[in-house]
Amino acid sequence: MDRVAIIGASMTRFGRRDAWIRDLLAEAGTACLEAAGVAAADLDHLYVSNMASGEFEGQTGVMNALAHDLGALGAYTQRVDQTSASGGAGLYAAWQSVASGASELTLLVGGEKMTHVSTAEATDVIASLTHPVEYKHGVTLPSFAGLTARAYLEAYDAPRESLAKVAVKNHRNGVDNPHAQFRKAVDLETVMSSPVIADPLRLYDFCPITDGSAALLLCPESVAAERADDYVVVTGVAGATDTHVVHERADPTTMMGVVRSSRRAYDMAGRGPDDVDVAELHDMFTILEFLQSEDLGFFEKGAGWRAVEDGVTDRDGELPINTSGGLKSKGHPLGASGVAQVYELYQQLTGNAGPRQVDAEVGLACNVGGFGNCVTTTILEAAA
Amino acid sequence: MSLEAHRCAEGHLTYPAHPRCPTCGEPQVETVDLTERTATVVTWTVSTATPPGVREPNPLAIVEFEVDGQPVRAIGGLTTDRVETGDEVRPVYVETLRDPDAGIRAAESQSWDGYRFEPV
Repeated sequence: MDRVAIIGASMTRFGRRDAWIRDLLAEAGTACLEAAGVAAADLDHLYVSNMASGEFEGQTGVMNALAHDLGALGAYTQRVDQTSASGGAGLYAAWQSVASGASELTLLVGGEKMTHVSTAEATDVIASLTHPVEYKHGVTLPSFAGLTARAYLEAYDAPRESLAKVAVKNHRNGVDNPHAQFRKAVDLETVMSSPVIADPLRLYDFCPITDGSAALLLCPESVAAERADDYVVVTGVAGATDTHVVHERADPTTMMGVVRSSRRAYDMAGRGPDDVDVAELHDMFTILEFLQSEDLGFFEKGAGWRAVEDGVTDRDGELPINTSGGLKSKGHPLGASGVAQVYELYQQLTGNAGPRQVDAEVGLACNVGGFGNCVTTTILEAAA
Repeated sequence: MSLEAHRCAEGHLTYPAHPRCPTCGEPQVETVDLTERTATVVTWTVSTATPPGVREPNPLAIVEFEVDGQPVRAIGGLTTDRVETGDEVRPVYVETLRDPDAGIRAAESQSWDGYRFEPV
């Protein structure tokens, strides 16, 4: 079977932007097509990953707006919403479009415009994904993170500082990412003395609220070989759900969506956790990096925190995690994040990551929606 | 407003209810009132960045009830931030848990009363 390749990638600067959702999507989409030397008119399918443009901005139908703005008229369009995992889900949809033969050239653009509303309002838009019995108590995604972090620290006797070290590591990586919202290193003391947001988690355990967009161009590998000098191959991609109601999980420290989606992606790629050279994980909250690094099979359950303490996941460690700076320092424009994870892996696997470059042939991205309600895992490999 | 666990014919318990049992796919046929029982705190947090219409700070817990030897969990606010994992708590009725008109969700789409948990 002809494999599915990525022949172009782009991302906008993440942060507080004046641009609205249409402009952000067009900025990343145009840059991606230009980088790949592909005309918009040649696109068969156009996917937009976006959680809540209607709720945030009152702009719906963004995929059709983008088709017109890019000059991709005639292309089939679809908006993909998997909440925070919309980007990974969009990649899965884009992969399906090419793998099925329905499209020979598919553009995926993920984006979100968030910073024009208050933190409280943005928190409420995101919390609207919860079940009524959760929502009525004022449960937010950050409060789920606090509940889970306490359960994890108590179950595995992990020090609170180990969570802070995730933030320190990812901020350090973000310094070298020109697209990141925060290009500023932070030390352990700064994290540990920042205001409590959801006890035991503090301000620096959380990603910021962000505007931004990212894009990827996909086609069959046979076409990629003709059109592009550099490309990467999607060798594994899968998604899975977990309970919608978070407290109904038997083990609050395990995300079954991560376990299930990664097993499927590994099987598809003929790979296992030991084959992964670099990974982009969904560190919306520091605790999530521990949970994913364990549920992906990189480390034993309860041992993820030790890997961070030991520097295993540093940029120069055995398994670099979040060389981009992660959602933590890069920012988290919901629908863009899963696409931007793959943008980073594309740069790493094609040797174009500049000062962030690590030695890698196989990359993995894990994109988490809701509080683990839905997850996609993608495995990318350098072209042989 | 009630605080009820829901049981299917196979005996699986959930809170809240689901149209079909998530474990076996059978309809849920029975309810078990939890309001007169006590539960154990599984984990807790105090949220200080709360959405519109929600008290601040907002202490929250996941608690576990035992019904006929089977665990069933619930989430809810706490009446205090002085709590530890493993503490025994009891449900306390609250008429309005958050302002139904302040948030993004349609006020008429769900109920807004319920139970917070108080240490015994």
